[in-house]
Amino acid sequence: MTNQTQAGCGPACGPSCGSTGLCGGKGFLTVKDGLLTNNPVWVQILGICSALAVTTRLENSLVMGAAVIFVICMSNLIISLLRNTIPHRIRIIVEVAIIALFVIVCDQVLKAFYWEMSKQLGPYVGLIITNCIVMGRAEAFALQNPPLISVVDGAANGLGYAIILAVIGAFRELAGTGAILGHVILSPEWYTPNQLMILAPGAFFALGALIALVAAVRGGQEQEAGR
Amino acid sequence: MSETSALVILIAAIFTNNILLANFLGMCSFLACSRQLDTAVGLGIAVTFVTGFTTALNFLVQRVLVTLDLEHLTYIAFIAVIAAFVQFVEMLVERISPKLYYSLGIFLPLITVNCAILGTALFMVIRRYNFVQSVGFGFGAGAGWALAIILMAALRQKMGYSNVPRPFQGVAIAMIVTGVMAMVFMGFAGMVNIQ
Repeated sequence: MTNQTQAGCGPACGPSCGSTGLCGGKGFLTVKDGLLTNNPVWVQILGICSALAVTTRLENSLVMGAAVIFVICMSNLIISLLRNTIPHRIRIIVEVAIIALFVIVCDQVLKAFYWEMSKQLGPYVGLIITNCIVMGRAEAFALQNPPLISVVDGAANGLGYAIILAVIGAFRELAGTGAILGHVILSPEWYTPNQLMILAPGAFFALGALIALVAAVRGGQEQEAGR
Repeated sequence: MSETSALVILIAAIFTNNILLANFLGMCSFLACSRQLDTAVGLGIAVTFVTGFTTALNFLVQRVLVTLDLEHLTYIAFIAVIAAFVQFVEMLVERISPKLYYSLGIFLPLITVNCAILGTALFMVIRRYNFVQSVGFGFGAGAGWALAIILMAALRQKMGYSNVPRPFQGVAIAMIVTGVMAMVFMGFAGMVNIQ
Protein backbone atom coordinates (compact mmCIF):
# COMPACT_ATOMS: atom_id res chain seq x y z
CA MET A 1 0.00 0.00 0.00
CA THR A 2 2.69 2.46 0.94
CA ASN A 3 4.46 1.86 -2.35
CA GLN A 4 1.37 2.58 -4.37
CA THR A 5 0.67 5.80 -2.58
CA GLN A 6 4.26 6.81 -3.02
CA ALA A 7 4.06 6.29 -6.76
CA GLY A 8 0.86 8.27 -6.93
CA CYS A 9 2.38 11.08 -4.96
CA GLY A 10 5.32 11.81 -7.26
CA PRO A 11 3.54 13.89 -9.89
CA ALA A 12 1.17 15.32 -7.32
CA CYS A 13 3.83 17.22 -5.41
CA GLY A 14 6.15 17.77 -8.35
CA PRO A 15 5.34 21.37 -9.27
CA SER A 16 5.28 22.55 -5.69
CA CYS A 17 8.84 21.65 -4.79
CA GLY A 18 10.62 22.82 -7.92
CA SER A 19 13.93 21.26 -8.82
CA THR A 20 15.26 20.42 -5.38
CA GLY A 21 14.79 16.71 -5.97
CA LEU A 22 13.77 16.28 -2.36
CA CYS A 23 10.19 16.22 -3.46
CA GLY A 24 9.68 12.49 -3.93
CA GLY A 25 11.33 11.80 -0.61
CA LYS A 26 9.30 14.38 1.21
CA GLY A 27 6.05 13.20 -0.33
CA PHE A 28 6.87 9.65 0.60
CA LEU A 29 7.79 10.61 4.15
CA THR A 30 4.59 12.59 4.45
CA VAL A 31 2.51 9.63 3.37
CA LYS A 32 4.37 7.19 5.59
CA ASP A 33 4.06 9.56 8.51
CA GLY A 34 0.32 9.85 8.13
CA LEU A 35 -0.28 6.17 7.60
CA LEU A 36 2.14 4.52 9.99
CA THR A 37 4.78 6.26 12.04
CA ASN A 38 2.59 9.14 13.10
CA ASN A 39 -0.85 7.70 12.53
CA PRO A 40 -3.38 10.13 13.99
CA VAL A 41 -5.35 7.52 15.90
CA TRP A 42 -2.92 5.14 17.49
CA VAL A 43 0.11 7.38 17.92
CA GLN A 44 -1.30 10.84 18.43
CA ILE A 45 -4.60 9.65 19.97
CA LEU A 46 -6.57 12.24 18.03
CA GLY A 47 -10.05 12.13 16.64
CA ILE A 48 -11.12 9.11 18.59
CA CYS A 49 -14.61 10.43 19.34
CA SER A 50 -15.89 9.48 15.94
CA ALA A 51 -13.55 6.51 15.78
CA LEU A 52 -15.60 5.13 18.64
CA ALA A 53 -19.03 6.40 17.72
CA VAL A 54 -19.52 5.47 14.08
CA THR A 55 -17.76 2.12 14.08
CA THR A 56 -20.76 -0.02 14.97
CA ARG A 57 -20.92 -1.15 11.34
CA LEU A 58 -18.29 -1.35 8.61
CA GLU A 59 -20.45 0.61 6.15
CA ASN A 60 -20.77 3.57 8.53
CA SER A 61 -17.02 3.50 9.11
CA LEU A 62 -16.27 3.61 5.39
CA VAL A 63 -18.59 6.54 4.74
CA MET A 64 -17.21 8.43 7.71
CA GLY A 65 -13.64 7.71 6.60
CA ALA A 66 -14.36 9.04 3.11
CA ALA A 67 -15.97 12.18 4.53
CA VAL A 68 -12.97 12.84 6.77
CA ILE A 69 -10.49 12.35 3.92
CA PHE A 70 -12.44 14.83 1.79
CA VAL A 71 -12.61 17.42 4.56
CA ILE A 72 -8.92 17.15 5.51
CA CYS A 73 -7.71 17.38 1.91
CA MET A 74 -9.88 20.33 1.00
CA SER A 75 -9.32 22.28 4.21
CA ASN A 76 -5.56 21.64 4.03
CA LEU A 77 -5.57 22.90 0.44
CA ILE A 78 -7.44 26.10 1.19
CA ILE A 79 -5.62 26.84 4.44
CA SER A 80 -2.29 26.23 2.75
CA LEU A 81 -3.22 28.59 -0.09
CA LEU A 82 -4.18 31.24 2.44
CA ARG A 83 -1.32 30.54 4.84
CA ASN A 84 0.45 33.84 4.19
CA THR A 85 -2.71 35.91 4.39
CA ILE A 86 -4.29 34.54 7.58
CA PRO A 87 -3.37 36.78 10.53
CA HIS A 88 -1.69 34.66 13.18
CA ARG A 89 -3.91 35.78 16.06
CA ILE A 90 -7.21 34.77 14.54
CA ARG A 91 -5.99 31.74 12.62
CA ILE A 92 -7.98 29.25 14.72
CA ILE A 93 -11.29 30.89 13.90
CA VAL A 94 -10.38 31.09 10.21
CA GLU A 95 -9.39 27.43 10.19
CA VAL A 96 -12.56 26.37 11.92
CA ALA A 97 -14.66 28.37 9.47
CA ILE A 98 -12.94 26.77 6.47
CA ILE A 99 -13.30 23.29 7.95
CA ALA A 100 -16.95 23.92 8.80
CA LEU A 101 -17.57 24.96 5.20
CA PHE A 102 -16.42 21.60 3.85
CA VAL A 103 -18.21 19.68 6.57
CA ILE A 104 -21.43 21.41 5.53
CA VAL A 105 -20.76 20.33 1.93
CA CYS A 106 -20.30 16.74 3.13
CA ASP A 107 -23.42 16.88 5.24
CA GLN A 108 -25.57 18.29 2.46
CA VAL A 109 -24.30 15.69 -0.03
CA LEU A 110 -25.02 12.88 2.42
CA LYS A 111 -28.49 14.25 3.12
CA ALA A 112 -29.24 14.57 -0.59
CA PHE A 113 -27.93 11.23 -1.86
CA TYR A 114 -27.57 8.97 1.14
CA TRP A 115 -30.37 9.86 3.52
CA GLU A 116 -30.35 6.58 5.46
CA MET A 117 -26.65 6.88 6.20
CA SER A 118 -27.01 10.53 7.10
CA LYS A 119 -29.62 9.59 9.69
CA GLN A 120 -27.47 6.82 11.13
CA LEU A 121 -24.37 8.97 11.44
CA GLY A 122 -26.53 11.62 13.07
CA PRO A 123 -24.53 14.43 14.61
CA TYR A 124 -21.19 12.78 13.94
CA VAL A 125 -20.90 14.23 10.43
CA GLY A 126 -21.19 17.72 11.89
CA LEU A 127 -18.70 16.73 14.53
CA ILE A 128 -15.96 16.36 11.90
CA ILE A 129 -15.56 20.11 12.53
CA THR A 130 -14.23 19.39 15.99
CA ASN A 131 -12.28 16.32 14.93
CA CYS A 132 -8.82 17.12 16.23
CA ILE A 133 -7.16 15.44 13.25
CA VAL A 134 -8.50 17.97 10.77
CA MET A 135 -7.63 20.89 12.99
CA GLY A 136 -4.30 19.34 13.92
CA ARG A 137 -3.19 18.89 10.31
CA ALA A 138 -4.22 22.43 9.48
CA GLU A 139 -2.22 23.80 12.41
CA ALA A 140 0.78 21.53 12.14
CA PHE A 141 1.17 21.11 8.41
CA ALA A 142 -0.95 23.26 6.11
CA LEU A 143 0.08 26.52 7.76
CA GLN A 144 3.75 25.91 6.99
CA ASN A 145 3.70 24.06 3.70
CA PRO A 146 2.77 24.67 0.05
CA PRO A 147 -0.66 23.53 -1.17
CA LEU A 148 0.04 20.30 -3.04
CA ILE A 149 2.12 18.64 -0.35
CA SER A 150 -0.52 19.73 2.15
CA VAL A 151 -3.16 17.87 0.19
CA VAL A 152 -0.92 14.79 0.16
CA ASP A 153 -0.46 15.12 3.91
CA GLY A 154 -4.19 15.49 4.39
CA ALA A 155 -4.90 12.46 2.25
CA ALA A 156 -2.32 10.36 4.11
CA ASN A 157 -3.62 11.31 7.52
CA GLY A 158 -7.22 10.91 6.43
CA LEU A 159 -6.41 7.51 4.98
CA GLY A 160 -4.60 6.46 8.14
CA TYR A 161 -7.69 7.45 10.07
CA ALA A 162 -10.11 5.79 7.63
CA ILE A 163 -8.19 2.50 7.81
CA ILE A 164 -8.45 2.43 11.60
CA LEU A 165 -12.17 3.19 11.36
CA ALA A 166 -12.62 0.36 8.89
CA VAL A 167 -10.66 -2.11 11.03
CA ILE A 168 -12.58 -1.28 14.21
CA GLY A 169 -15.87 -1.14 12.29
CA ALA A 170 -15.30 -4.54 10.72
CA PHE A 171 -14.26 -6.07 14.03
CA ARG A 172 -17.21 -4.67 15.96
CA GLU A 173 -19.75 -5.59 13.30
CA LEU A 174 -18.32 -9.10 13.09
CA ALA A 175 -18.22 -9.65 16.83
CA GLY A 176 -21.47 -7.85 17.51
CA THR A 177 -23.69 -9.27 14.77
CA GLY A 178 -21.67 -12.07 13.17
CA ALA A 179 -21.83 -10.34 9.79
CA ILE A 180 -19.77 -7.95 7.68
CA LEU A 181 -21.52 -5.38 5.49
CA GLY A 182 -24.70 -7.33 6.18
CA HIS A 183 -23.33 -10.66 4.89
CA VAL A 184 -23.37 -13.35 7.55
CA ILE A 185 -19.83 -14.62 8.15
CA LEU A 186 -20.05 -16.30 11.53
CA SER A 187 -22.98 -18.68 11.34
CA PRO A 188 -25.53 -18.14 14.14
CA GLU A 189 -25.54 -21.93 14.64
CA TRP A 190 -22.28 -21.86 16.53
CA TYR A 191 -21.64 -18.15 17.14
CA THR A 192 -23.77 -16.13 19.52
CA PRO A 193 -23.37 -12.46 18.60
CA ASN A 194 -21.90 -10.48 21.44
CA GLN A 195 -24.25 -7.51 21.66
CA LEU A 196 -21.84 -5.69 23.94
CA MET A 197 -19.50 -5.07 21.03
CA ILE A 198 -21.94 -2.81 19.21
CA LEU A 199 -22.80 -0.94 22.42
CA ALA A 200 -20.66 1.78 23.93
CA PRO A 201 -18.31 -0.32 26.12
CA GLY A 202 -17.37 -2.52 23.18
CA ALA A 203 -16.04 0.51 21.35
CA PHE A 204 -13.77 1.46 24.23
CA PHE A 205 -12.51 -2.11 24.61
CA ALA A 206 -11.88 -2.52 20.88
CA LEU A 207 -9.93 0.72 20.53
CA GLY A 208 -8.05 0.16 23.80
CA ALA A 209 -7.05 -3.29 22.65
CA LEU A 210 -5.99 -1.98 19.24
CA ILE A 211 -3.81 0.74 20.75
CA ALA A 212 -2.24 -1.80 23.11
CA LEU A 213 -1.66 -4.20 20.23
CA VAL A 214 0.10 -1.56 18.17
CA ALA A 215 2.15 -0.57 21.20
CA ALA A 216 3.13 -4.18 21.77
CA VAL A 217 4.11 -4.70 18.13
CA ARG A 218 6.19 -1.56 18.05
CA GLY A 219 8.01 -2.39 21.25
CA GLY A 220 6.20 0.17 23.33
CA GLN A 221 8.02 3.11 21.77
CA GLU A 222 5.03 5.41 21.79
CA GLN A 223 4.24 4.93 25.44
CA GLU A 224 6.31 8.00 26.16
CA ALA A 225 4.22 9.96 23.69
CA GLY A 226 0.98 8.72 25.18
CA ARG A 227 1.98 9.48 28.71
CA MET B 1 -40.56 13.05 22.77
CA SER B 2 -41.58 16.64 23.19
CA GLU B 3 -43.49 16.05 26.43
CA THR B 4 -40.48 14.80 28.43
CA SER B 5 -39.82 17.22 31.26
CA ALA B 6 -36.55 19.11 31.39
CA LEU B 7 -35.65 17.51 34.72
CA VAL B 8 -35.96 14.00 33.30
CA ILE B 9 -33.76 15.02 30.37
CA LEU B 10 -31.21 16.48 32.79
CA ILE B 11 -31.00 13.25 34.78
CA ALA B 12 -30.95 11.11 31.66
CA ALA B 13 -28.17 13.21 30.11
CA ILE B 14 -26.04 12.67 33.20
CA PHE B 15 -26.62 8.97 33.75
CA THR B 16 -28.32 6.93 31.05
CA ASN B 17 -27.23 8.89 27.99
CA ASN B 18 -23.93 10.21 29.26
CA ILE B 19 -22.43 12.30 26.51
CA LEU B 20 -19.01 10.73 26.98
CA LEU B 21 -19.74 7.15 27.96
CA ALA B 22 -22.69 6.55 25.62
CA ASN B 23 -22.00 9.00 22.80
CA PHE B 24 -18.19 9.15 22.92
CA LEU B 25 -18.03 12.93 22.76
CA GLY B 26 -15.18 14.92 24.26
CA MET B 27 -12.71 12.06 24.35
CA CYS B 28 -9.62 14.11 23.45
CA SER B 29 -9.63 16.40 26.45
CA PHE B 30 -11.04 13.56 28.54
CA LEU B 31 -7.90 11.51 27.96
CA ALA B 32 -5.48 14.41 28.05
CA CYS B 33 -6.77 16.16 31.19
CA SER B 34 -7.71 13.26 33.43
CA ARG B 35 -4.32 12.76 35.06
CA GLN B 36 -4.82 15.23 37.90
CA LEU B 37 -7.97 15.36 39.97
CA ASP B 38 -7.99 19.14 40.48
CA THR B 39 -7.43 19.85 36.77
CA ALA B 40 -10.27 17.46 35.96
CA VAL B 41 -12.58 19.21 38.42
CA GLY B 42 -11.72 22.63 36.98
CA LEU B 43 -12.17 21.52 33.40
CA GLY B 44 -15.38 19.69 34.29
CA ILE B 45 -16.88 22.80 35.80
CA ALA B 46 -15.78 24.92 32.83
CA VAL B 47 -17.29 22.47 30.36
CA THR B 48 -20.57 22.22 32.29
CA PHE B 49 -20.83 25.99 32.34
CA VAL B 50 -19.99 26.41 28.66
CA THR B 51 -22.21 23.52 27.49
CA GLY B 52 -25.21 24.74 29.46
CA PHE B 53 -25.07 28.31 28.26
CA THR B 54 -24.02 27.64 24.66
CA THR B 55 -26.80 25.10 24.23
CA ALA B 56 -29.33 27.72 25.30
CA LEU B 57 -27.74 30.32 23.01
CA ASN B 58 -27.51 27.87 20.14
CA PHE B 59 -31.17 27.01 20.52
CA LEU B 60 -32.06 30.65 19.93
CA VAL B 61 -29.58 30.95 17.07
CA GLN B 62 -30.98 27.86 15.42
CA ARG B 63 -34.53 29.19 15.67
CA VAL B 64 -33.44 32.40 13.99
CA LEU B 65 -31.68 30.47 11.22
CA VAL B 66 -34.74 28.29 10.64
CA THR B 67 -37.03 31.30 10.31
CA LEU B 68 -34.55 32.85 7.87
CA ASP B 69 -34.40 29.56 5.96
CA LEU B 70 -30.63 29.36 6.47
CA GLU B 71 -30.57 25.99 8.20
CA HIS B 72 -27.49 24.83 6.29
CA LEU B 73 -25.45 27.45 8.15
CA THR B 74 -26.24 25.77 11.49
CA TYR B 75 -22.78 24.27 11.98
CA ILE B 76 -20.88 27.50 11.36
CA ALA B 77 -23.25 29.46 13.58
CA PHE B 78 -22.94 26.92 16.40
CA ILE B 79 -19.18 26.83 16.29
CA ALA B 80 -19.00 30.63 16.21
CA VAL B 81 -21.27 30.93 19.25
CA ILE B 82 -19.21 28.35 21.11
CA ALA B 83 -15.89 29.98 20.19
CA ALA B 84 -17.06 33.41 21.29
CA PHE B 85 -18.44 32.06 24.54
CA VAL B 86 -15.25 30.13 25.33
CA GLN B 87 -13.24 33.28 24.75
CA PHE B 88 -15.44 34.96 27.33
CA VAL B 89 -15.03 32.16 29.86
CA GLU B 90 -11.29 32.21 29.30
CA MET B 91 -11.09 35.87 30.21
CA LEU B 92 -13.32 35.25 33.22
CA VAL B 93 -11.22 32.37 34.56
CA GLU B 94 -8.01 34.35 34.00
CA ARG B 95 -9.43 37.14 36.15
CA ILE B 96 -10.94 35.02 38.91
CA SER B 97 -8.44 32.21 39.32
CA PRO B 98 -5.03 32.63 37.62
CA LYS B 99 -3.92 29.34 39.19
CA LEU B 100 -6.70 27.41 37.50
CA TYR B 101 -5.96 29.35 34.32
CA TYR B 102 -2.38 28.13 34.27
CA SER B 103 -3.19 24.55 35.17
CA LEU B 104 -5.80 24.27 32.42
CA GLY B 105 -3.25 25.83 30.11
CA ILE B 106 -3.84 25.07 26.47
CA PHE B 107 -7.02 23.13 27.09
CA LEU B 108 -9.19 26.12 27.85
CA PRO B 109 -9.12 27.45 24.29
CA LEU B 110 -9.42 23.87 23.14
CA ILE B 111 -12.85 23.67 24.75
CA THR B 112 -13.90 25.29 21.48
CA VAL B 113 -13.09 22.09 19.67
CA ASN B 114 -14.35 19.90 22.48
CA CYS B 115 -16.83 17.82 20.57
CA ALA B 116 -19.02 17.36 23.65
CA ILE B 117 -20.18 20.94 23.38
CA LEU B 118 -20.89 21.01 19.66
CA GLY B 119 -22.31 17.50 19.93
CA THR B 120 -24.77 18.57 22.61
CA ALA B 121 -26.02 21.36 20.36
CA LEU B 122 -26.38 18.98 17.42
CA PHE B 123 -28.22 16.38 19.49
CA MET B 124 -30.52 19.14 20.67
CA VAL B 125 -31.44 19.89 17.04
CA ILE B 126 -31.86 16.24 16.07
CA ARG B 127 -34.05 15.43 19.08
CA ARG B 128 -36.18 18.54 18.56
CA TYR B 129 -36.06 19.81 22.12
CA ASN B 130 -37.86 22.99 23.10
CA PHE B 131 -36.03 25.75 24.95
CA VAL B 132 -36.49 24.49 28.52
CA GLN B 133 -35.60 20.95 27.51
CA SER B 134 -32.52 22.23 25.70
CA VAL B 135 -31.31 24.04 28.80
CA GLY B 136 -31.86 20.89 30.87
CA PHE B 137 -30.08 18.81 28.28
CA GLY B 138 -27.17 21.24 28.00
CA PHE B 139 -26.45 21.34 31.71
CA GLY B 140 -27.08 17.61 32.06
CA ALA B 141 -24.67 16.75 29.26
CA GLY B 142 -22.02 19.06 30.71
CA ALA B 143 -22.48 17.65 34.20
CA GLY B 144 -22.35 14.11 32.85
CA TRP B 145 -19.07 14.86 31.10
CA ALA B 146 -17.70 16.47 34.27
CA LEU B 147 -18.76 13.43 36.31
CA ALA B 148 -17.03 11.08 33.89
CA ILE B 149 -13.75 13.01 33.79
CA ILE B 150 -13.66 13.44 37.59
CA LEU B 151 -14.26 9.72 38.14
CA MET B 152 -11.62 8.96 35.56
CA ALA B 153 -9.05 11.29 37.13
CA ALA B 154 -9.60 9.70 40.53
CA LEU B 155 -9.23 6.24 39.02
CA ARG B 156 -6.10 7.20 37.13
CA GLN B 157 -4.47 8.61 40.23
CA LYS B 158 -5.08 5.29 41.99
CA MET B 159 -3.91 3.45 38.90
CA GLY B 160 -0.50 5.08 39.27
CA TYR B 161 0.21 2.40 41.89
CA SER B 162 -0.95 -0.53 39.77
CA ASN B 163 1.26 -2.78 37.74
CA VAL B 164 -0.12 -2.29 34.25
CA PRO B 165 1.30 -4.51 31.47
CA ARG B 166 3.70 -2.51 29.31
CA PRO B 167 1.74 -2.30 26.03
CA PHE B 168 -1.34 -1.15 27.92
CA GLN B 169 0.36 1.69 29.76
CA GLY B 170 -0.89 5.17 28.97
CA VAL B 171 -3.87 5.54 26.71
CA ALA B 172 -4.76 1.90 26.17
CA ILE B 173 -5.52 1.17 29.81
CA ALA B 174 -7.43 4.45 30.04
CA MET B 175 -9.66 3.26 27.19
CA ILE B 176 -10.26 -0.09 28.87
CA VAL B 177 -11.11 1.59 32.17
CA THR B 178 -13.47 3.93 30.34
CA GLY B 179 -15.10 0.88 28.79
CA VAL B 180 -15.68 -0.59 32.24
CA MET B 181 -17.14 2.73 33.37
CA ALA B 182 -19.43 2.71 30.34
CA MET B 183 -20.61 -0.77 31.34
CA VAL B 184 -21.31 0.47 34.85
CA PHE B 185 -23.33 3.38 33.47
CA MET B 186 -25.30 0.95 31.30
CA GLY B 187 -26.68 -0.26 34.59
CA PHE B 188 -28.67 2.97 34.80
CA ALA B 189 -30.29 2.22 31.45
CA GLY B 190 -33.69 1.12 32.71
CA MET B 191 -34.16 4.26 34.80
CA VAL B 192 -35.10 6.87 32.22
CA ASN B 193 -34.55 6.94 28.51
CA ILE B 194 -34.19 9.70 25.99
CA GLN B 195 -33.39 9.02 22.38
